[in-house]
Amino acid sequence: MELLLSCVRAFVVGGLFCVIAQLLIDYTKLTPARILVIYVSFGVFLGAVGAFAPLKEFAGAGATVPLVGFGGTVAKGVREAVDKQGLLGALTGGLSAAAGGTAAALCFGYLFALICNGKPKNL
Amino acid sequence: MDKEEYKELVKRRERRSPSPKNCLRAFWTGGLICVIGQLLTELFLTLGMSEKSASTTTTVALIFAAALLTGIGIFDRIARYAGAGTLVPVTGFANSVVSPAIDTKSEGLILGVGAKIFTVAGPVLLYATLSGAVYGVIYYIVSLFL
Repeated sequence: MELLLSCVRAFVVGGLFCVIAQLLIDYTKLTPARILVIYVSFGVFLGAVGAFAPLKEFAGAGATVPLVGFGGTVAKGVREAVDKQGLLGALTGGLSAAAGGTAAALCFGYLFALICNGKPKNL
Repeated sequence: MDKEEYKELVKRRERRSPSPKNCLRAFWTGGLICVIGQLLTELFLTLGMSEKSASTTTTVALIFAAALLTGIGIFDRIARYAGAGTLVPVTGFANSVVSPAIDTKSEGLILGVGAKIFTVAGPVLLYATLSGAVYGVIYYIVSLFL
């Protein structure tokens, strides 16, 4: 039951993040790349003002799976690193917290680029 | 058809695709990806992982799935239906890394794949790092006075 509820919350919150992005795509001239950048920066902002942790508490993967979660992770990493190392943490915290996802995307990206061939372009 | 009629036709044709339908699609596909993420996280937690590891492993698993689907050419088909539903979750980030990497293979592994793999990932990482660093400095200064 608890699992079902957490899934419903993840579904609704995650879905809403996607709807907002869809509205931005349909009604503004924002390209997908810009939306990703806006979402990740917005995630850092949410983390900075302390709103991301409660959102994550409530929505679970609904908050962490959208790219907003990437930003939230960066903000959390920065805060913890600054607590530990002082000002240097502002530089070291962000990327180390996001290292898992980043390295995964790059390594798998390279791997599949080696294995797969792109569709021949229709010239 | 004269010029005016043609203009009228173009205007009618260029009306954006109906947004309510796109939004509904984005909602359920994006929500579903998050549910898969939630189930994976719960699974990793029951396997005894810490909350942080479970969350990161979920991200890695979703990225792998998106990379695989991109590689075999299925991701694009799903994305055409889902729109922002596959863009906003980490799957969209993974797709934006893998897709240019595959397409630029013919340009070489260094300046082709190596450079173009960052086409979208670069801006995302840059602005994540940048806003993180700005936040870190502000947080440091504020914590000096508290």
